[in-house]
Amino acid sequence: MADAGQTTDDARLRARVATLMGAFRDAGGVEVSAPVLLPAEALLDLYGEDIRGRAYVTSDALRGEQMLRPDFTVPVVQRHMAEGAEPARYAYAGPVFRKQEQDPSRANEYPQVGYEVFARSAPAETDAEVFALIAAQLDGLPVRAVTGDIGILMAAVRGLETTDRRRTALMRHIWRPRRFRALLDRFAGRTPVPASRARLLAEDHPWTGAAPQIGLRGRAEVEARIAALREDAAEPPLAAEALALLDALLAVRETCDFAIERLRDLSVDLVSIRPAVDRLAARLDALDARGFAPGSLEFEANYGRTSMEYYDGFVFGFYATRRPDWPPVATGGRYDALTERLGQGAGAIPAVGGVVRPDLVVALDGAGT
Amino acid sequence: MIKLGVPSKGRLMEKTFDWFARRGVTLARSGSDREYAATVSGAEGVSLVLLSAGEIPRELAAGRLHLGVTGTDLVHERLPLWTDVVTPLAEMGFGHADLVLAVPACWIDVDTLDDLDAAAAAFRAEHGHRLRVATKYHRLVRGFLRDAGVADYAIVDSQGATEGTVANLTAEMIADITSTGETLRANHLKILSDGLVLKSQATLWKSRVANLTKNDRAALAALVAQLGLD
Repeated sequence: MADAGQTTDDARLRARVATLMGAFRDAGGVEVSAPVLLPAEALLDLYGEDIRGRAYVTSDALRGEQMLRPDFTVPVVQRHMAEGAEPARYAYAGPVFRKQEQDPSRANEYPQVGYEVFARSAPAETDAEVFALIAAQLDGLPVRAVTGDIGILMAAVRGLETTDRRRTALMRHIWRPRRFRALLDRFAGRTPVPASRARLLAEDHPWTGAAPQIGLRGRAEVEARIAALREDAAEPPLAAEALALLDALLAVRETCDFAIERLRDLSVDLVSIRPAVDRLAARLDALDARGFAPGSLEFEANYGRTSMEYYDGFVFGFYATRRPDWPPVATGGRYDALTERLGQGAGAIPAVGGVVRPDLVVALDGAGT
Repeated sequence: MIKLGVPSKGRLMEKTFDWFARRGVTLARSGSDREYAATVSGAEGVSLVLLSAGEIPRELAAGRLHLGVTGTDLVHERLPLWTDVVTPLAEMGFGHADLVLAVPACWIDVDTLDDLDAAAAAFRAEHGHRLRVATKYHRLVRGFLRDAGVADYAIVDSQGATEGTVANLTAEMIADITSTGETLRANHLKILSDGLVLKSQATLWKSRVANLTKNDRAALAALVAQLGLD
């Protein structure tokens, strides 16, 4: 009996993958494949050491470290940059692999079906195209969409009236909310300067009695950082008003029609976010034209900061309303900067995409009808 | 039979034997010094298995040992979700060691994780690769640095003589077990003030997954009572 049930499930999953791929091809997606084993280096450079906690790493003596594909985005981007011309649309399907060391109930191998658009013009239009295409695949299922826009927070940070060094430090930790918060608190003078740093900066001759030089990080690098710390200590703290505005921005969490009003209000003082808010408004218009009224879509300014490190604009996810324990059924977003980081000087190619979990769709479809 | 796993070598074995002896249970190696056979007296239905401390977590998790003595560090490193598979019965008061992050003492600008994160960013920009942390505790260190929000580092595996990796230019800093900090100081390394990853000591663990017959249950209960742990 179990075998018969398994066969039926497999057949339903295959059929759903085929349906999704058909829809993505009809939308203009050229079908692409990607290797299951990826060179680990590019992924490590992009995500840092944390990726080892999420992806399986293996190796051989000849090729070095290889990673079992944790998602398709990186190989699809690399392929596009090697041989593609804009605008380009891609569709793909296959398994991805994620370690689940914290939650054994989550699958460590599961299928993804995805759609990516590389286009230099009309970003609001392509954002809406991808969202609408993914939403159409989930039509009638008990799912709830959440949207966000990392670009607005990034614009607010870029616009902070402070030093380049502080802005760069904050930008570097946009996707690590706790460290981001700790940095903000320090730059604002809300947390005390660590005693060891105060002592170091008070010292006229900090090298007196210092230990012998070992390792690759040389004395010049240590001196450069001390100089940077001295400069930073002389900087005034971030203004309380600027912090309050940033906090208010991060707290925006309502339907898109109210959210855009709230962001417009904030942009009266937070001038730097105006272009990003205009882009959000254009996107909401494009979504509206495709039948997604702003009043029907949720917006969270903080959305996408923890799980999706490479999205830097529009972000979205679809969640099973009756299964809050599940991972999202579909996710996506815009990742303009990723192409720049992977392209090594080739410049950015604006890109937006999304993936669906066909296994969860099948499970929802069975339960929902 | 209840299977009790004990480290097969050195001071950890001797101190474990002493700990049990003080509670009326005599553990001893039988045969020659080279033979890993052992006997138990003072407790019925218990057999002693001598094996490497590093393998004891795995054997407990597989249910092949009912009880085992090994460090907190090894259980936490090797068994994700360790609370599902083992229960600590007693901290044994020896084998104290802290897993710490240590950097060259000549990094006079680095004392906290906040400093480390900033130094790592600058290091990567300067050298073109991420700041390397030598350790054998990959999972624990990665989890600790992730929670602390430190970026731009890379873990490089080091199974021994980890304190020497910095001087040998195969790593920029280390994460390792220390009890007194003596070896760290001798190698011109210093501990970050908020760089304590884990406090470890020898601990008696009970497997939550090992099968127990009726007789085993009685033997286990008697042993636990004998050890004064009930």
